[in-house]
Amino acid sequence: MSNAQKKGRELTFSILKYNPSKKDSKPEFVEFKIEETAGMTLFIALNIIREKIDADLAFDFVCRAGICGSCGMVVNGKPLLACRTLTADYPDGKIQLMPMPAFELIRDLSVNTGKWMDAMSVRVESWIHINEVHDIAKLEEKVDPDVADETFELDRCIECGLCVSSCATALMRPDFVGPAGLNRIARFHVDPHDNRTDEDYYELIGDDNGIFGCMSLMACEDHCPKELPLQEKIAYLRRKMVSLK
Amino acid sequence: MKVVYCDALIIGGGLAGLRASVATQSEGLKTIVLSLVPVKRSHSAAAQGGMQASVGNAKMSQGDNEDIHFMDTVKGSDWGCDQKVARMFVNTAPKAIRELANWGVPWTRVRKGDHEAVIDTKKTTITEDDNAHGLITSRDFGGTKKWRTCYTADATGHTMLFGVANEALKHEVDIRDRQEVLSLIHKDKRCYGAIVRDLITGELSAYVAKGTCIATGGYGRLYKTTTNAVICEGTGQAAVLETGVATLGNMEAVQFHPTPIVPSGILLTEGCRGDGGVLRDIDGHRFMPDYEPEKKDLASRDVVSRRMMEHIRKGKGVSSPFGDHLWLDISILGREHVSKNLRDVQEISETFNGIDPADEGPAGWMPVRPAQHYSMGGIRTKETGESQQLSGLFSCGEAACWDMHGFNRLGGNSVSEAVVSGMIVGKYFTDYCLENEMTIDTKLVHEALEEQTRYIDEILSRAEGEDVFDIKKRMQEIMDEQVGIFRNGNDLQAAVDELQELLVKSRKVSVKSKIKSANPELEEAYRVPKMLKLSLCVAYGALLRTESRGAHYREDYLKRDDANWLNRTLTSWSNADATLPEVSYEEIDIMTMELPPAFRGYGAKGMIIENELSVKRQVEVDEIKEKMKDKDRFALQDSLMSYDLPLNYKDKNERYGVGYE
Repeated sequence: MSNAQKKGRELTFSILKYNPSKKDSKPEFVEFKIEETAGMTLFIALNIIREKIDADLAFDFVCRAGICGSCGMVVNGKPLLACRTLTADYPDGKIQLMPMPAFELIRDLSVNTGKWMDAMSVRVESWIHINEVHDIAKLEEKVDPDVADETFELDRCIECGLCVSSCATALMRPDFVGPAGLNRIARFHVDPHDNRTDEDYYELIGDDNGIFGCMSLMACEDHCPKELPLQEKIAYLRRKMVSLK
Repeated sequence: MKVVYCDALIIGGGLAGLRASVATQSEGLKTIVLSLVPVKRSHSAAAQGGMQASVGNAKMSQGDNEDIHFMDTVKGSDWGCDQKVARMFVNTAPKAIRELANWGVPWTRVRKGDHEAVIDTKKTTITEDDNAHGLITSRDFGGTKKWRTCYTADATGHTMLFGVANEALKHEVDIRDRQEVLSLIHKDKRCYGAIVRDLITGELSAYVAKGTCIATGGYGRLYKTTTNAVICEGTGQAAVLETGVATLGNMEAVQFHPTPIVPSGILLTEGCRGDGGVLRDIDGHRFMPDYEPEKKDLASRDVVSRRMMEHIRKGKGVSSPFGDHLWLDISILGREHVSKNLRDVQEISETFNGIDPADEGPAGWMPVRPAQHYSMGGIRTKETGESQQLSGLFSCGEAACWDMHGFNRLGGNSVSEAVVSGMIVGKYFTDYCLENEMTIDTKLVHEALEEQTRYIDEILSRAEGEDVFDIKKRMQEIMDEQVGIFRNGNDLQAAVDELQELLVKSRKVSVKSKIKSANPELEEAYRVPKMLKLSLCVAYGALLRTESRGAHYREDYLKRDDANWLNRTLTSWSNADATLPEVSYEEIDIMTMELPPAFRGYGAKGMIIENELSVKRQVEVDEIKEKMKDKDRFALQDSLMSYDLPLNYKDKNERYGVGYE
């Protein structure tokens, strides 16, 4: 008998449900039992729960392929991208799901990471600063291939918020720019198209809500699903910024 | 009554919508972008392999130009595209690449000296020019004569989307996410904005604008197996269809990508084959050269997908609990290449299938089978991107049928179209909003809002009724099984019949949770009837189109029929209670084509029912070419098929080594 036909084991989900927009709603864990299928991800499991048991359960998915960063949630205590998380990785079949902390709760597992990330982007001025616009009918400016690769490496952040939700500073200090914000600064710092100086960056992150707020616990790097070199980049930025004063 | 006023309303915050928002906002128009999700999560982010633009810097790209990109695009479309639009597109694409470079997209660059590439399974050394070092490089993709696809590893859509979204933030565009358009406000063939539901609070608002541009992407989620994100449900097209006035074009033109991974349906980029990966069957045999001796694994997507299914039907597939599949082998590219240039592919394969594709031999082969991927059809527009019927309504990107893809889109032309149409249509849209003031009747706005409020209340108040999830699931199964890669009259008729029944049922769904704010089941309840209307446009259009063209393949009408079917299908839905769209056709004029219909160069030969005008136009084209033989290629092009572009988009593109030639 093939895997798909064999009866799967029973999974027990314990999911935190809460609707802050309803006055009578209280946060509570609700239990759901479903049968596991081969290759099941939390994306598949949560949709089955919604379709079969609780049509009202709120959660966010978009690409379901680990690319868009929509589905961060706390799985058995660890922030993860739900779409890339396989139920098979939980041997006792017990999975507890909670919304990520540090973000505004919309409902159940759905949090407003988009709002947080947009505010961060505006705060660090997450765009190219140039004086002269290059004519697009002309040959592009040359960029050293290694520098382009290095910029790309840091541009891979998908703004999922896993780093923020696992950051102790971010949880204590709501105005902390967060690992994602610091990485964004590092990204523009290496990009030769951006002509901002170290002093300009100091204006943006040279305080306790910026680079000096980081306590170097580095849970951000442990949880980043894109394996961004956060530790190295945050350390580098701190050295740079310290040297300015 | 909550009414929001702006100059330019853009619905959809992917690459196309955001690029258009930069166009409108930078001209001083008060612009609002509405999006179902935070814009950086739009499906544009999922484009992996790259963006086609004839920059021609790398060794294997040199000699490329707009003319070659144009020919590839028209052939790819199986002559279904609007050739003027294709021309507008190819001339702007290199500018789009360079604009994005200015905005920080870290395009992978040419590295001087030798590098190894796998071509036709053989390791080949390519030597890049010293002087090209640092210019934007490109990789090979299906259906193209030159290596033309620019990329950032295999996360191209992601870096492009972030580049454009950041630029929109810089211009202080008012971006509002978790907002969904329910209907358009229109009267006397003029569009005035939209009725919009806030997906957090459930509140309905009227957004009133001088111009409305829809850039909501494709409708892949009509299908069960699709590479598309869960938000690609065609809500933008449905809002247009439900005006009863504006038309959708070529909805039956649906692309199936050859290599989504089994069983999740997540895409593995065409870059896998572009970089030298190959398809293998149950025996490990590389079968594509048997069918397509010239383009092999890199024929156009419609052709490769059909050949794969044909091979599976011959019993050469690998059986699995999830149905038969074939293998995609990129292990031959070597671990270094896979980990650097196909990193997301490696990550997807490892995470979802436990296979490291860099592992040598069969251990690294990834299971693949074609699945729905792209919507060539969409909101039918003029060359300016404006609806042919509703003034002030524009559309760009995958949401539109502009129509540069005809019946098949080339790999790498999607994100390219998204940005380029955001530039071009964005400019025409800007001009419209600047030039057209409007007077609006508040009663009209009020009624439009009331109608949607009533509709939502009606669903919430229905005590008993149909289960919306069951209806949706059945719709998706029908689309997969009967309106898929291989189509025939009997299956299509059965699909149309059952989809009509489902549509009637969907008007009687009830929901278990009665709350008005964030309510996933309620959202399904109002979306599914819209999706069924779109499914009917696809299935009914496919049933009526008795020919095979591009991705639309009829087993009972195997030939491309230029004599009778060189046209665009237009569907509209004027009677809300009807269960079928009204269908009409828009002729495609051979006598104005720059490239008259002919054989594509891949796919089966001798499968065309010729239109007598094709030869006549070819003779004309040859005469013009003879007459113009002393002139340059730009003058020749202009005399074959003149076209317009706004701003400096018509300017010649400078290229490495050849200047402006």
